[in-house]
Amino acid sequence: MANDSEGPDISRRYWDKTSQLMRLVLLLWACLGFGVPLFAPILNDLVLFGFPLGYLLSAQGVLIGFVVLIFWYAGRQNRIDEDFHMAED
Amino acid sequence: MLKGDFTQNMGRVFVIYTGGCLLCAAVLALLSLAGVSDRTIGIAFVLLTVAFYASMGTLGRSARNADHYGAGQSVPALYTGMATAADWMSAASFIGLAGAIYAAGYDGLAFLLGWSGGYVLVAVLLAPYLRKFGQFTVPDFLSARYGGTPARMVGTLVLMSASFLYVVAQLYGTGIIAARFLGLDFRAAVFVGLAGILLCSMQGGMRTLIWTQVAQYLVVIAAYLLPVVILSVRATGVPFPQIMYGQALQRVAGLTTQLGAPSEILSPTGIVDGINFFGVTICLMLGTASLPHVLARFFRTPSVREARISVAWSLLFIFLLYSAAPAYAAFAKLEILQRLADGRLAGDAAWLAEWSRVGLISAGAAAGSPELTQIHIDPDALVLAIPEIAGLPFVVGAVVAAGGLAAAMSSADGLLLSIGKALSHDIYHRLLAPDSSPRRRLSVCRLGMIVAAILAAWMASTRPAGIVTVVGWAFSLAASGLFPALVLGIWWKRATARGAVAGMAAGWSVCLAYILAVQAGWISPVLGVRTIAAGLFGIPAAFLVTLSVSLATPPPSREMQAFIDSIRKPRGPVHPIGEAAGQIDGS
Repeated sequence: MANDSEGPDISRRYWDKTSQLMRLVLLLWACLGFGVPLFAPILNDLVLFGFPLGYLLSAQGVLIGFVVLIFWYAGRQNRIDEDFHMAED
Repeated sequence: MLKGDFTQNMGRVFVIYTGGCLLCAAVLALLSLAGVSDRTIGIAFVLLTVAFYASMGTLGRSARNADHYGAGQSVPALYTGMATAADWMSAASFIGLAGAIYAAGYDGLAFLLGWSGGYVLVAVLLAPYLRKFGQFTVPDFLSARYGGTPARMVGTLVLMSASFLYVVAQLYGTGIIAARFLGLDFRAAVFVGLAGILLCSMQGGMRTLIWTQVAQYLVVIAAYLLPVVILSVRATGVPFPQIMYGQALQRVAGLTTQLGAPSEILSPTGIVDGINFFGVTICLMLGTASLPHVLARFFRTPSVREARISVAWSLLFIFLLYSAAPAYAAFAKLEILQRLADGRLAGDAAWLAEWSRVGLISAGAAAGSPELTQIHIDPDALVLAIPEIAGLPFVVGAVVAAGGLAAAMSSADGLLLSIGKALSHDIYHRLLAPDSSPRRRLSVCRLGMIVAAILAAWMASTRPAGIVTVVGWAFSLAASGLFPALVLGIWWKRATARGAVAGMAAGWSVCLAYILAVQAGWISPVLGVRTIAAGLFGIPAAFLVTLSVSLATPPPSREMQAFIDSIRKPRGPVHPIGEAAGQIDGS
C-alpha cells in the first residue's frame, strides 16, 4: 500500500510513473501517425474488403487507433492516480 | 440538481433544434416537389439557416444567466466530447477535407492524420493539467506560469492571428455557399456571409450553450453523411460508405486506365510529396493542441479525470465525420469518372454554369459534342457540388450547403468572440485601461469583433488560397507560437518566463515570415516546404529559443516550482503564486 502522506517521495514517484506512461503513449502515437504512412506502400500489396491495406490503415485504422489510445491512456492514468492516492476526492 | 437542469434543457433545446431543422428540410422538399424552382429552394435554405442561428442566439441569451458558467461544470464527458466535436467541425472539415483527399489522393490523408492525432497530444500533454489549473483561457495559463504581462501579450497576439486566419477560412466557405445558392458575385457573397455571421454573433452567439452544440453536432453530421450514404447505396447497395468505398477505389482505378486520365488520384500508392505530407501532419497535430477553441472546453470539465476522458469522446465523434471524408472523395470520384466514361455529363447543365460563374469548376468538351470529356473541380467545391453532379434531388445539395453553412458560422462566431474577448480583456483591460467598466469592455469586445470580421471578409474576398491552406496557416502559427510554451510550461520546470516569451515570439515570427515571404514571391519555398507546413521552421525555432534562453536565465522561483507541482497532481489545491511571480485574478 502506498503511504497516504503527500511526501516529496510519493510525488516524485507519481510523476515518474505519469511521465513513463506519457512517453509510451507518445511512442505509440508516433508509430500510428508516422510509421503507418511510411509503410503504407508495402502494406498496399494486401487487399482487404477491396481496400489496399496501406490506404485503409492510413485513412481509418490510424484514426481508430488514436481513439482507442486516448481511452486506454485515460484508464491507465486514472489507475496511477488511485494507486498513489492522487485522484480527486 | 444540476444534472436535472442539464437533461431538462437538453430535451427542450434538442426538440427545438433538430425538430426545426427536420421541419425546414421537409417543408422545402415538399415545395420542391410542388414545382418551386431550385433557385428559390436554395435561397430559402441559406436564409433559413442564418435566421435559425440568429434566433438560437436570442434564445441562448435568455437562458445564459442560468447556464453560461455552470454549463461546463455539470456536463457528462460524452456530451463535452460531442460539443467539442461540433466546435471543431468548421468549413475546413466539412467543405475542405474531402475535397483535399479528392484532389491529392493519399497525400490528402495528412489532414486526416494531423487533425485527429493532435487530440492524443491534447489528452496526454495538456488537457488534464490545464483543467487542474482551472482558469479560463490559454493566456491566463501563460500569464500565471510565465510571470504576467509579457507572456499574456505574446500569447494573445499568437491566438488572435491564428483565430483571425481561421475566420478568413470560414468566411471563404460561407462566401462560396452564398455565391452558389444566392446567385451572387463571390466578393459580394463573402460580405453577405459576413453580415449573416455578425447578425448571429451580435445576438449573443450560441456556442457557450453546450446543449445547442450537441444538437448542432447531430445536424451537421447528418447533413454530411446524407449524400455519401446515398452514393454508397447507389454504387454498392450498402448504406455504409466507410466500409464500402474500397469497391469505389477499385472501380476508380479501372476507370482511370480506361479514360487514360493522367492523374493517379485516389490510386493509393502512398505518399507522393514526403516532406509536405509529414510536415502538414506534424503542424496540424501540434496546432490542434494549441488552438484556444479546442483547449477551452477542457478547462471547464467537472474534474481532471473527466478532462482526459472527454478528449477521447471528442475524437470519437470527430472520427465519425472523418471516416466518411475519404469515402466522400472516393464515391465522388467514381461518380464523376463513371459519368465521363458513359458520356452522361452534359455541357449545358445548370450546375456547371453556376459553378463556373463562381470560378470553382471548369470543364471541357470535344468540339461539336454536348458531352463533357474533362472536368476540373476545385477542392473547395467538391462536397457542395457533388449532389448535383450525381443528379441527386436538389434538396440534398441544399441540405449539404446548410450543414456547411452551420459548421462555418458556428466556428466563425466562436472565433470572433475569442478575438473580441482577447482585445477587450487581455489588451484593453489589462494594458490600456485597467479601471474600465464592464460595459465599456463589452463595447470594445463588440467593436473588435466587427473590425476583425470586416478585415477577415476583405482578406477572404481576395481569395488568398483554398480553405484547407488558410486553415493550415492558422495551425502552423498556433503550433509555432504556443505549443512549446504550453507543453514545456507543464513538463519542464526549468522553463523560464524569458525563455517562453522569447520562444513564442521567435516561433511565431519565423512561421509568419515564411508564409508571407513565400506567398508574396520574395523567396522560393525552402526544401519545397509549402506555406501550409510553415510550422516546420517555426516549431523548431520556438523550441530552440525557449530551451536556450531558459538555460541562460536563472531558474524559476521555489514558489513557481510548487505551482507546477500542484497542477501536475489531480489532488489538492492549486498552489497560489503572488503578484511577483504572476498575476492571476478571477475576472
